[in-house]
Amino acid sequence: MTTQQVIATQQTQVVATEQTQVLGRALLSPAVVLLFIWMIVPLAMTIYFSTLHYTLMDSENWSFVGLENFRYFLTDPAFLTSLQNTLVLVGSVLAITILLGTPLALLLDQPVIGRSVVRLMVIAPFFVMPTVSALVWKNLLMHPVSGLFAWIANLFGLTPIDWFNDAPMLAVILIVAWQWLPFATLILLTALQSQDEEQKEAAEMDGASALSTFIYLTLPHLARPITVVVLIETIFLLTVFAEIFVTTGGGPGLQTTNIAFLIYSQALIQFDVGNASAGGLVAVVIANIVAFFLVRIIGRNLEV
Amino acid sequence: MARKVTSRHVWMSTAAAWLFGFLIFLPILWMFLASFKSELDAFAMPPKFLFFHWTTENYATVQQRSDYVHHALNSIIIAGGSTLIAMLIAVPAAWSMAFSPTKRTKDVLLWMLSTKMMPPVGVLVPIYLVYRDFGLLDSRAGLVLILCLGNLPIVIWMLFTYFKEIPKDILEAARMDGATIGRELVYVLTPMAIPGLASTLLLNFILAWNEAFWTLNLSTLEAAPLTVFIASYSSPEGLFWAKLSAASTLAIAPIIILGWFTQRQLVRGLTFGAVK
Repeated sequence: MTTQQVIATQQTQVVATEQTQVLGRALLSPAVVLLFIWMIVPLAMTIYFSTLHYTLMDSENWSFVGLENFRYFLTDPAFLTSLQNTLVLVGSVLAITILLGTPLALLLDQPVIGRSVVRLMVIAPFFVMPTVSALVWKNLLMHPVSGLFAWIANLFGLTPIDWFNDAPMLAVILIVAWQWLPFATLILLTALQSQDEEQKEAAEMDGASALSTFIYLTLPHLARPITVVVLIETIFLLTVFAEIFVTTGGGPGLQTTNIAFLIYSQALIQFDVGNASAGGLVAVVIANIVAFFLVRIIGRNLEV
Repeated sequence: MARKVTSRHVWMSTAAAWLFGFLIFLPILWMFLASFKSELDAFAMPPKFLFFHWTTENYATVQQRSDYVHHALNSIIIAGGSTLIAMLIAVPAAWSMAFSPTKRTKDVLLWMLSTKMMPPVGVLVPIYLVYRDFGLLDSRAGLVLILCLGNLPIVIWMLFTYFKEIPKDILEAARMDGATIGRELVYVLTPMAIPGLASTLLLNFILAWNEAFWTLNLSTLEAAPLTVFIASYSSPEGLFWAKLSAASTLAIAPIIILGWFTQRQLVRGLTFGAVK
């Protein structure tokens, strides 16, 4: 190849790259612009509203109040209660899904006859819409007189629990945990199936017990997927809404009101725009703390 | 000896796995059975498991009394529409990031992902007010728009990871042979991308079908999809279990079946490549 040819080829390549880059940008921009608007505009409006005294009942009389709404929201006893409820809900569901999901995934990783059918049964709850799972659990399973759980309690000579009066939070936790158990199990199972079999076999040959193989090989291998499950579930669990909306409506009292439901009720039941917006921003901040860690973990694993 | 232990191992894990699988599936199964009972049988104590008078009248009643088909149609339009529009926007974006990445591609991807992590309740107030002022409350268009935006990051991410797997050599070979970008897209890329496109479409259809924050807050009747329709059963307690079950079965059966097809893509779609 002569020098001229080389230069010519290089030039076409440069042109080609520039062309692709322009095209690439053109193809990318609609998505970027849309997501940018979607991220910025509502958030900016929330910030703006959060500084106003503004209720829909009396929408003519609005005034700028600075940080007053935040002071009100953060010192409202309902906020502390709902923050506590949010943490209890998220924490309990995480604990249940991880503590049950890990053994379940280990079990499904064993040679099981008809494994694909079992997998289908285990995964199914994830695809059930939240309003259905909440109402089916509330009525068909947890009803204190005619529910399936009441019948089981009676079989063992126990007094059936009146779930939504005596342990409403526990009831919500169980429903939500049932919905998310498949997610945790499936991800942990996927991770287990990518584990190095030879390593395990070598450990067994060296006389390692099943327990120590689990503790020293499998558990470290699962550390990352477990972290990912925890972070992703947390993002979604922080905003659990439909399950509470159709079962307890946040009650009795405030017993099952989480942050998401508190903000909803301030916005669309009490029509207090300013206060609900302040609450919304608090929720955004809480979610962002979790998102920060999740995005870092994902970014570390991302090859472009 | 070794074989004996192994087969016992298989039987034990099989029994345990089936037991747990059955327990997890039980609520769905129980609902399914209740949908074929009379209201009295559904409420019976002790419960009637299989020996009751099987009837399909609940399914007929659900349609007659509450126009199930109308809400199912809303669900199809809202979930389908939002997914299709998201795909139209996401395919070019993911294609460009996968095949001509720049220095900033990684940041763009992570930024897109972070928009998905914003809690919807944080922007409930402005969205509600804007929708009210533009007459989008209780409209299918409004729900299509918001679910489309909400799922766009996931759609882009899934497509990106699928496109990433298409070997670049093939594209280069096509370019060497003088294929234009249009031809490259139609004849080379599309056939290889179809499985990824299909799973992305399916998973996001499911996510949109089951979405229950925006649908509950932004629709009441006209545009209400099945999530909202089912929620309307929450007020009268007690006497409508069989009908609730029939309506619920209709609402979730197609999605569970679709979901079973996408179970492998689920991990990819919801962990953003962080678990392989």
